[in-house]
Amino acid sequence: MQNRSFHLEIRTPEKLIYEGDVTSVNAPGMEGNFQILYGHIPFLTALDVGEIRVNESSDTPRSIATSGGVFEVLRTGVTALVETAEWSSDIDVSRAENARDRAQEQLAEDSPDLNRPRAEAALARAQNRIKVANNS
Amino acid sequence: MATLREIRRRITSIKNIEQVTDAMRVVAAARLRRAQENITATRPYAEKLNTILGHLISQMNVEEKALTHPLLEEREVKHVCIISVSGDRGLCGSFNSNVIRTTTERIQHYEETGADVTLICIGRRTQEHFDRRGYDITDSYINIFRQLEFQTAVDVVQEFEHLYIDKTIDKVEVIYNNFKSAILQTVLIEQLLPLEPIEPEGDTLFLDYIYEPGQVELFEMLLHKDLNMQMWKVLLDSNAAEQAARMAAMENATQKAKELIDELILQRNRARQTQITTEISEIVSGAAALEG
Repeated sequence: MQNRSFHLEIRTPEKLIYEGDVTSVNAPGMEGNFQILYGHIPFLTALDVGEIRVNESSDTPRSIATSGGVFEVLRTGVTALVETAEWSSDIDVSRAENARDRAQEQLAEDSPDLNRPRAEAALARAQNRIKVANNS
Repeated sequence: MATLREIRRRITSIKNIEQVTDAMRVVAAARLRRAQENITATRPYAEKLNTILGHLISQMNVEEKALTHPLLEEREVKHVCIISVSGDRGLCGSFNSNVIRTTTERIQHYEETGADVTLICIGRRTQEHFDRRGYDITDSYINIFRQLEFQTAVDVVQEFEHLYIDKTIDKVEVIYNNFKSAILQTVLIEQLLPLEPIEPEGDTLFLDYIYEPGQVELFEMLLHKDLNMQMWKVLLDSNAAEQAARMAAMENATQKAKELIDELILQRNRARQTQITTEISEIVSGAAALEG
């Protein structure tokens, strides 16, 4: 079999999350989840809050919880620039649950100086982290 | 003239102060190193983001480039939002006061042109200063530098971005300490909104992408990400500058303490000498009196 792997780089503004050769990667696009395999044509898309799955070989894929970003496929490799990213094994579930409960409380109270989009985004992020952590 | 005991007491207390300032210098140096590492870690992301943005703009056709995105729209400036970035603590030389002074001048400048100004304060120092003087503060962020998170930059951007899109404000500026090097920090005023138009990347070998969703939506999203990134850089820079300023201030303080101790030791020796001389002359004169 030929070499069917390609280069993948996942970065946040704070650090490099992953760099290496993979056989496939799944990502949460704004218009639905998608998978990239070797030889994909150049492609640019936006990522939503969700889960990125990195497949290095036939082993079980590893998951990253992300809050969204940009995803670029070039002939030379794939780059994901995401604003936050956490390996599923690193997620602190109780912290995520606290964040979720806090966001839900704020939304339920609905006080006049509540920044609604911010609270909703925080809720979505917390729920996603809990989901990704529990799936693995 | 101070007595011998007083001088000794002063020497001890200044030695204690010297130890404290020296410890603070060491801590600031360690934090500075970490802050510099953070700045370096951001670079690949920022460069890649710029490349993608450049690619995208080079592929967009002319009408789309002229597209009036809300964040690019220039309006008559009636309401300005100034983001004033200081630290949470003092003992760092003129770091905080420079930001406060520049912000005050800038507010005056806008008020003279008839625009009103609202503030977003980052750091306890500016927040306390402007709050006490009754300035209009939209939002403030305190104690964010201890554990800097990208999310903070996102939150700040979201705050002023929606005010800008609502047309509550017509211009957004940030005032912060720019980290040039460990010995040089300068206060900068930078315009965040409206965004300056970005030049396309001159990469002719680049082939077009397929887009999902469309070019325009992606362009908007990238502008937003780029804004988050600019804000993040400001926070990182200010943090590094604060540590550098504190390090320099504490080094000066330690140096001054050393000089003061040297001087006091001279005084102490002189005082002791005088005391001994007095004692000897007392003994001698006492003995002379007995003999007499």
